[in-house]
Amino acid sequence: MTRTVRIGAGSAWWGDRIEPAALNAAQGKLDYLCFETMAEATISAAQVRKRRDPSFPGYDTYLDDRMRAVLPPCLAHGTRIVTNQGWINPDGAAQRIVHWLRELGAKGVKVAAVNGSLITDRVLELTDRILEDGRPTRALKDSIVSAEVYLGAEPIVEALQAGARIVVSGRVADPSIFMAPMMYEFGWGALDHARLGAGNGLGHLMECGAQVTGGYFADPGFKDVPDPWNLAFPIVEVEPDGSAVLTKVAGSGGAVTPMTVKEQLFYEVHDPANYITPDVVVDFTAARLEQIGPDRVRVTGLSGKPRTPTLKVSIGCTEGFIGEDMFFYAGPGALRRAQLARRVLEERFRIVKLDAEEVRIDFLGLNAIHGAMTPPDAPEPYEIAVRVAARTRTREEANKVGREVDGMAVSGIGMTGKRVPHQDRVREIIGVWSSLVPREKIVPSINYYES
Amino acid sequence: MKVMLQHLAHCRSGDKGNTSNISVIAYEPEFYPLLKEQLTAERFKAHYAGVVTGTVTRYEVDGLGALNFVAEGALGGGVSRSLCLDNYGKSLSSRVLAFEIDVPDALRAKLHGPGPR
Repeated sequence: MTRTVRIGAGSAWWGDRIEPAALNAAQGKLDYLCFETMAEATISAAQVRKRRDPSFPGYDTYLDDRMRAVLPPCLAHGTRIVTNQGWINPDGAAQRIVHWLRELGAKGVKVAAVNGSLITDRVLELTDRILEDGRPTRALKDSIVSAEVYLGAEPIVEALQAGARIVVSGRVADPSIFMAPMMYEFGWGALDHARLGAGNGLGHLMECGAQVTGGYFADPGFKDVPDPWNLAFPIVEVEPDGSAVLTKVAGSGGAVTPMTVKEQLFYEVHDPANYITPDVVVDFTAARLEQIGPDRVRVTGLSGKPRTPTLKVSIGCTEGFIGEDMFFYAGPGALRRAQLARRVLEERFRIVKLDAEEVRIDFLGLNAIHGAMTPPDAPEPYEIAVRVAARTRTREEANKVGREVDGMAVSGIGMTGKRVPHQDRVREIIGVWSSLVPREKIVPSINYYES
Repeated sequence: MKVMLQHLAHCRSGDKGNTSNISVIAYEPEFYPLLKEQLTAERFKAHYAGVVTGTVTRYEVDGLGALNFVAEGALGGGVSRSLCLDNYGKSLSSRVLAFEIDVPDALRAKLHGPGPR
């Protein structure tokens, strides 16, 4: 029988559910449980928070919840963990995990912290141009909050080779988190682009968790999903040649079908023949998907091309503020009242001299999501929320949005519904730009801890 | 006979910076040539007029019966800067479900989902 490695997903983003991770750890018969917990701006947001609150440890705010849920079953089943919950402090996260291991009485468990993705202090020397608009990266000089390189799987593989049972990193490309165990278990080399293409392709199918097991998918009558309130996270059974079966724990809700897999295959992919990751360039175009059993899809034909000489850098910059609020109308004439309310707000913003780069006043229920694409003959809804947002340079200007919406309470239109002002009507914008850095300039480092 | 694309294909959108990719995946292999012929990049861009401000590139993956549209300038300047309530553009793909496709009568019985055909 072919040897397979079973890798399960534990999260697809910071706010993801914890219960499916615990289910995978307890019932997935996993060799590895992998967590992806970052969005594009996660690192920058953590840096901003750290500046304001020195007591913020700088790793996933749900680290404790996730580890307490999965460590006991993972220890019981010998499941190793690979996770990017280290954010801006992988060493702190590793030490915190060691703390929980000790609480559980687990002795001699090796935990690795992978560092080296943060390059905030040298990003301007290492990079040249901004990918999005071609400007020199030094144009961002005064607004940079954080800069991090997307590392590949190699440092995680090194940590596993050194005997780590748990590897916690900062920024690592999402698919690489899931591929590192395949490289380690099957001895795939860093330049073996054929197998790494398959492995990183599988990593891409796994990185968004439930998005391949029936999440972000259901459309009643067209694409029905069983028990969509009880979705499981995926499990991939990988063979040494990079062929695999995608599945999930039996008895859970959701579905694994060629349809769910195809939707995830294209998710955030541009050219399907050239999906660039730090480890390899994945080619999805010859993929074959076959339903071989209930909630079991066989994936073959993923391939790869040699990796690029550069690594991607994400540069987070402060770019001002967004002020945002909403209020409501219902019943006959909801739209005409909302239209007058918009006019009132436009005039009020002129009167209070709102200095904004952009202002948007939408009718939620009619055109707030698809905006200018909304058909002109769209029927008038029974209820409408007037949602107003403005992007400004300063917090003071952004505050004007909420203050003018407050004015709509007693000085507005008839039958205006309004919620009590809450505290988060202004948020800081962290714009994310990209650049490239020569691969050889980045040298990750690994620190080991033991319970 | 013209029908909404939702009876022939399913879709998903993903975000990267100010670019949205929208995949359009045929429910049946027979539907794929219709999509490929009728849902061109130009028509896709026209269907998203007012929201997509940049270039639209179409990638074809025949083996999976899928088209992948990469729409630049679709996210109001980028996820973190966008004033759109759906700043990630997660619901952008649903717009293409309303695109009208001319379907031969012979394929009518294969169309998916409820509602008028």
